[in-house]
Amino acid sequence: MPELTRRHALAVAAALTAAAPLAAVPAARADDDGHHHGGTPGSPAAFDEIYKGRRIQGRPASGGGHHHHGDGGYGVFVDGVELHVMRNADGSWISVISHYDPVTTPRAAARAAVDELQGAPLLPFPAN
Amino acid sequence: MTVRKNQASLTAEEKRRFVAALLELKRNGRYDAFVTTHNAFIMGDTDNGERTGHRSPSFLPWHRRFLLEFERALQSVDASVALPYWDWSTDRSTRSSLWAPDFLGGTGRSRDGQVMDGPFAASKGNWPINVRVDGRTYLRRALGAGVRELPTPAEVDSVLAMATYDMAPWNSASDGFRNHLEGWRGVNLHNRVHVWVGGQMATGVSPNDPVFWMHHAYIDKLWAEWQRRHPGSPYLPGGGTPNVVDLGETMKPWNDTTPAALLDHTAHYTFDA
Repeated sequence: MPELTRRHALAVAAALTAAAPLAAVPAARADDDGHHHGGTPGSPAAFDEIYKGRRIQGRPASGGGHHHHGDGGYGVFVDGVELHVMRNADGSWISVISHYDPVTTPRAAARAAVDELQGAPLLPFPAN
Repeated sequence: MTVRKNQASLTAEEKRRFVAALLELKRNGRYDAFVTTHNAFIMGDTDNGERTGHRSPSFLPWHRRFLLEFERALQSVDASVALPYWDWSTDRSTRSSLWAPDFLGGTGRSRDGQVMDGPFAASKGNWPINVRVDGRTYLRRALGAGVRELPTPAEVDSVLAMATYDMAPWNSASDGFRNHLEGWRGVNLHNRVHVWVGGQMATGVSPNDPVFWMHHAYIDKLWAEWQRRHPGSPYLPGGGTPNVVDLGETMKPWNDTTPAALLDHTAHYTFDA
C-alpha cells in the first residue's frame, strides 16, 4: 500500500501554504491584562489553562518565519502539540479538529478540540 | 452518461457496487490521496489570503471538479458506479436507510464515537483512517450531536432564492448564494451538515467518511438548481480579483480547468431528477 500517510498530507499542505503570502508577524508579548503588542492587529491575548485534564495554550505567533499555515497570527497548543487554527473574517475561530463550526475565541477552539479528542493525542503539526 | 441518483432510491445492487468500489479505492491507496488534497486546501484557504477550495467563490466549481475526479476513480474500478447524492433536507433522520448496515453504517458509540456497523466500521478491517489529525484510526460519527437539526427544505429554498452568486469580499463574510450555501453566513446549509454528522466529517479530513461525497454531490446539485432558477446570474467575480479564482482563471491543484469550464454539469453527468 502506498505511503499515503499524514506525512504526505503535511508535505502537500506545507507546499501549498508556503506559496501563500506570509504575514510578517513581529514578536509579540501578551500583557497580563490581556492587551497585546505586535502580532496580527486585534490578535487575542495569550492563555494557558488545564481543561478537562489537558493543558491548552494560545499565544500570538512569534516571528522567525516558522509559522506558515493558516493566517499565521496565533498559535494554539494541546499538551504541547500545535493545533491548526484559523481566524474567520468576522473574528470567529475554527480549528482543523472542528473546521465547520466557528467559535468566538481561540481558547474556545482549543476547548472544542479537547472535547472532540476525547482524550486522544493530537498529531504533531508539520515542522515547517 | 453518468446519472447521479438520490441515495434513497438506490437498489441493493447499486449500493453494493458503490460500497465495493469505495473499498477498492481505499485498499489500493487512491482514496487517501483525496483526503490529503482536501485537508491541504482546507488548511491553506484563508479569508485574507489565497483561497480556492473553501470560503471563496470557487468553493462550488472546486468541489465539482474534486467530485468528478473521485467519481472517475470509482468508475475505473466499476464503470457502472455514479456518485449518489444525499438530500439531507428530506432524509434528515438518523434512522434513514443511508445509515443502515448495508450502506454507510450508523452513528458512533457514545464512549469513543466509533462506528460499529456497516462496511466502514473499523472492526471490519477495511477502512483504516490513515490521513488524520489525531491518534484515532477508526471512523467516528456522532449523528445529530454537534447540532440537533439538519437544514429544512424551507431553509434550502431561502438560499436558492438568492439571485447573486457571490459578493465582495469573496470570503466567509460575503453575502450572496455561495456563502449562504457554504454556511459561513445565514441559515447555514453545507457547514451545518458536516457538524451534524460529527466525527471525521467535522474536521479538515472530512473525506475520510464516505458520506462526504454524497453530501457534496447534493451541494453540487443545489448549485445546478440555483442556475436553473437564476439563468441570468453569472459566476462572480469576472476578473482581476487578488487571491480569488475569477471566472476564467485556472484552479489549483489541477491548473487545467476554470470555473467557466465547470459551470455546465451536463457535460459530465446528469441527475435523476
